[in-house]
Amino acid sequence: MKKVKVFITLKESVLDPQGQAVMQSLHNMDYRNVRDVRIGKYIELEMEDSADVAEQVDAICDKLLANTVIENYRYEIEEEHL
Amino acid sequence: MKTAVIVFPGSNCDQDMYYAIKDGLGEEVDYVWHAETSLDGFDAVMIPGGFSYGDYLRSGAIARFAGIMPAVIEAAKAGKPVLGVCNGFQILLEAGLLPGAMLKNKHLKFICETVNLKAENSETLFTSLYKKDEIIHIPIAHGEGNYYCDDQTLQELKDNHQIVFTYDGENPNGSRANIAGIINKAGNVLGMMPHPERAADALLGSDDGLRLFQSILNHWRESAHAAYTS
Repeated sequence: MKKVKVFITLKESVLDPQGQAVMQSLHNMDYRNVRDVRIGKYIELEMEDSADVAEQVDAICDKLLANTVIENYRYEIEEEHL
Repeated sequence: MKTAVIVFPGSNCDQDMYYAIKDGLGEEVDYVWHAETSLDGFDAVMIPGGFSYGDYLRSGAIARFAGIMPAVIEAAKAGKPVLGVCNGFQILLEAGLLPGAMLKNKHLKFICETVNLKAENSETLFTSLYKKDEIIHIPIAHGEGNYYCDDQTLQELKDNHQIVFTYDGENPNGSRANIAGIINKAGNVLGMMPHPERAADALLGSDDGLRLFQSILNHWRESAHAAYTS
């Protein structure tokens, strides 16, 4: 089995209103040294072993998990020890 | 004219759309469940607002892969009028029938109010009964209506007159270029965040939305007439 960790973030060029709200809050808490906050999604997939897992994960991200108009994604594939 | 209103799990403006067409327009309309696979016999397709599949993952992302969507895409390619309102607009974006994507409203608030819309393009099959630049009153109700597209797409939208509605006055959600509704290049697929079906009767506070449905009907009658006489 493979464990796939997918990280989805808004592209740098896209305003992240959630991140901006959290940054404002951090500034209000006096963490003035926080320069930017970006909020993303973390998705875990458990997948059966196959030769083309990476290829499949790319397709899964492109088709469904990320909207590549506004989001970037990256992922890590780990051996799952049951 | 026979119209299909697609119903996804979580659609909540399907009945408003149904009654706008049945009572407002006085035309035939049917609900089509998302698991159906055919739209044969329908002349127009409406994708209503709501929260399809709970908007889990992203607005419209899961609905885009529903069983009925290949038939919606086929209808769009065949030139039939396809209207997506609110969540329906988000689904059309996810399906790639319209360019761009939706972000959360700039101030992160869910907004429910009646806004002033400007009819930027009154030469579409959806807007022929509006005057160019006419201001109309249509309700909005959304948390993710902040339309985004890159610079090149925005230029294309402008060059091809694909921006159909803009917010007049204050932009409620931060959308690019005040965009409230856009049409595809072929001119038969319209996506808009405001709800014309909720402004289809004076009892609702405005009947400015009814003319959108009447425009579709007029277009259908004209093309049916053209087909009959040719």
